[in-house]
Amino acid sequence: MSLVDVTDLTVEFGPLRAVAGLSFRLERGAALALVGESGSGKSTVANALLGLHRDTGARVGGSVQAAGTDVQRASDAELRRLRGGKAAMVFQDPLSSLDPYYAIGDQIAEVYRVHARVSRRAARARAVEVLDRVGIPDARRRARSRPHEFSGGMRQRALIAMALACAPDLLIADEPTTALDVTVQAQILDLLHTLRAETGMGLLLVTHDVGVAAESVDEVLVMRHGEAVEHGPVGTVLGTPAQEYTRELLAAVPRVDEERGDPARPDAALADVDVARVDVARAGAVRGEAADAEAPDGAAPGAVGSGAGVPGAVVPGGVSGPGTPGVGSSGLGPSGGGSGVAAEVVLEAAGLSRVFGRGKRALLAVDDVSLTVRRGETLGVVGESGSGKTTLGRMLVGLLPPTAGEIRYAGRPHTGVDPAVQMVFQDPVASLNPRRSVGESIADPLRARGRDEEHIRGRVRDLLERVGLEGAHYDRYPHEFSGGQRQRVGIARALAAEPRVIVCDEPVSALDVTTQAQVVALLGELQRELGLALVFVAHDLAVVRRVSDRVAVMRQGRVVESGPADEVYDSPQDPYTKQLLAAVPALDPETAARRRAARREPATA
Amino acid sequence: MSGFGGFVLRRAVGTVVTLLAISVIVYVVFYATPGNVAQITCGPRCSPEQVQQVAQQLRLDDPLYVRYGHFLQGLVAGQDYSTGTSVEHCPAPCLGLSYQTGQQVLDIILAKLPVSLSLVLGAMVMWLVLGVGTGVLSVWRRGRISERLLTAVTLAGTATPVFVIGLVLMIVVCGELQLLPFPQYVALTDDPEQWAWNLLLPWLSLALIEAAAFARLTRAAMLETLAEDHIRTFRAYGVGERSVVGRHALRGALAPVIALNANNVGSAVGGAVLTETLFGLPGIGEELVHAVNVVDLPVVVGMVLVIGFFVVIANAVADVLYAVADRRVVLA
Repeated sequence: MSLVDVTDLTVEFGPLRAVAGLSFRLERGAALALVGESGSGKSTVANALLGLHRDTGARVGGSVQAAGTDVQRASDAELRRLRGGKAAMVFQDPLSSLDPYYAIGDQIAEVYRVHARVSRRAARARAVEVLDRVGIPDARRRARSRPHEFSGGMRQRALIAMALACAPDLLIADEPTTALDVTVQAQILDLLHTLRAETGMGLLLVTHDVGVAAESVDEVLVMRHGEAVEHGPVGTVLGTPAQEYTRELLAAVPRVDEERGDPARPDAALADVDVARVDVARAGAVRGEAADAEAPDGAAPGAVGSGAGVPGAVVPGGVSGPGTPGVGSSGLGPSGGGSGVAAEVVLEAAGLSRVFGRGKRALLAVDDVSLTVRRGETLGVVGESGSGKTTLGRMLVGLLPPTAGEIRYAGRPHTGVDPAVQMVFQDPVASLNPRRSVGESIADPLRARGRDEEHIRGRVRDLLERVGLEGAHYDRYPHEFSGGQRQRVGIARALAAEPRVIVCDEPVSALDVTTQAQVVALLGELQRELGLALVFVAHDLAVVRRVSDRVAVMRQGRVVESGPADEVYDSPQDPYTKQLLAAVPALDPETAARRRAARREPATA
Repeated sequence: MSGFGGFVLRRAVGTVVTLLAISVIVYVVFYATPGNVAQITCGPRCSPEQVQQVAQQLRLDDPLYVRYGHFLQGLVAGQDYSTGTSVEHCPAPCLGLSYQTGQQVLDIILAKLPVSLSLVLGAMVMWLVLGVGTGVLSVWRRGRISERLLTAVTLAGTATPVFVIGLVLMIVVCGELQLLPFPQYVALTDDPEQWAWNLLLPWLSLALIEAAAFARLTRAAMLETLAEDHIRTFRAYGVGERSVVGRHALRGALAPVIALNANNVGSAVGGAVLTETLFGLPGIGEELVHAVNVVDLPVVVGMVLVIGFFVVIANAVADVLYAVADRRVVLA
């Protein structure tokens, strides 16, 4: 008998049909990925395997056999024996998926005791054993920690340990790495791979990330609108997809090994000029005080060209010395990037630092970062969580005063917010007021400048149309829009102030790949037409490559490497950049296996 | 617990500052109160000369800040009071003498405090057991008839004034059924058993009112926790409903219950006037109302300070419990 046998499964939530007639099997020890965008019903299927829809009001039809249990017919007691005992689920968000009030070891022990008649003591010992197994260092001591004392990666390991506790036949992993950084994601995927090889567990992986699937499974089932689009061996489905939707999905996935695509920007001439300069500079040996001393007077035209205030041109590989014409300082230049001459500098930062907290608890979030952004170019800032990239973005916009260093807009020193530099936020849900219509939200920057009502309404309509929505959407509320549309609203709001620079903080990380591609294309189009400069802050290396002319890689508040995007990605110099790039899941299963082997080597060596 | 010493020190300083601020406010408020304090103190049949004499004795002619200065001095160093014929010494934390009786305020408070504390702490145990218990029960039976019934009962509890509940209890239990004698305060140190029996009805009537709020809070907090992701984790691992509700959901309700409890205990020490009056318990609340009526300023100030002290202490204790209940909380 198969480990999982799903026949004609339908799940309906009221009038919504989340899963419509899905059938698949999973043999013992095999691995299958359910891949799809949000709303495709993939998580609903995973929950159905454990009978989690029971008593929730959802209507479930068809038959589900999981690890020898007929989930539809099983009694509550049988279902409880299945859950965790024979089939265990690893959830997406490891922080919210553990009880914040109890020690991690105790939570695992509690689950273990549900399925095994053992003493409290033995259950605790088992918890320590599985925590050790998933690579938690000093497991005996850490078992007494509470979830908030663990890092994101460790929490995910702890959840996997919980799943392992009862030695289940089937592991269901629902987006197990979505909340994690790439390097941690690679570790978790490697761990799942190793555990599967050692225990012979079957794996059902639910993910929106095709790369993650390619890394981890033998078979892929692509879902859309609750139905199977394509099902087959991972190499076939991802290598030679038979269905149009699969092809679209794969095409939308940004890749780190793909040069900046031209959908974002055909006028390569301008890009070429920009790519030649590497202005993102670490001040190197010259520290903050020197920069401070120099800064006030350094505002004289001519010196402003590139990172004045950072004396001695410590720009690594920098083309621009003090002699570069200070185009930006005069603040005119309607011609934009004239032929041969670099486009005007619209935003500059010199020796930026930001400290949070005081005394012993002080945290240096951004450490002496200098950068330059020119008209019409995109600077990508990439880094893992805690690298200081968001703090940097907020300082550039003026939402956060820097502890040290200086920011210049169009050559003039500046503090505080300014219409010329706007921001697009990560979470389009949280950054729009749910109680105001989107038109009102977009109109705010215009109202702030005291325009009359008629003018404002007209302008908001224009803006809505500009970002691909309809002018009639003025009176709608954020919840009436999809994620991608909300992000368009966020972009329209940023545009309302007629900025010259937009700092985008993870603008697409909450979106599905196809939506991601659309939003990225929109940003490129706006940039081209309006000559906007973009600072694109993101953790996703592939997305950053797709949009950026130049890239700065951040780690622990510092820029460890910067330069033209292709250079950084194709021949990374810094070991951290190399590590990051090696951790990105490959779409080709063979490459993935090779990389996995490569990752394991230094670990065992 | 690192930083615990610092926490205690900061709280101690904060308490002193708060209490001083309270005392200033009370002085100012009473200064502005209409009515001739000397006349009231002396009584209606006093001659103007006698009133004048009383005013002098009570230093009512001094400006407000001078009187407040005397008050502070007494608090720190003690004070001597001349009562015309003899001199009475009031030792270090001296809150002054009552205008009415000439008794030391501290003595009055120390006599009343055990009554109020007995009432409040006993009632607290009851309202926690009743309130949290009802809350858990209504979550456990959610969606069924019994839950609706519980909700209705707790709502009725909140809506009924204490003098109605207390009166009904007294009439039924002591009058009709004669299960208990009519309550009369007996000190814990004199006879613990009689102390408890006599306080049973006051405890119950005070607890019934408060329990309703706790039941609703517990229920709301538990339902909120039940909707969280980690509950889904335990359900998906076959953990039974009893453990999910009783262990994980209840734990999530602990913090808000602690916070509400601190508030209630603190304010009930001086605020359970109705219960004290109804059952004839000579507590702080009853005494305070009396002192306000006769404009006995030293007693009022002393009482208010003691009540303020308990509110602050109750909240500090709550903060510590909070940090114990939820390890993510940092004491500051």
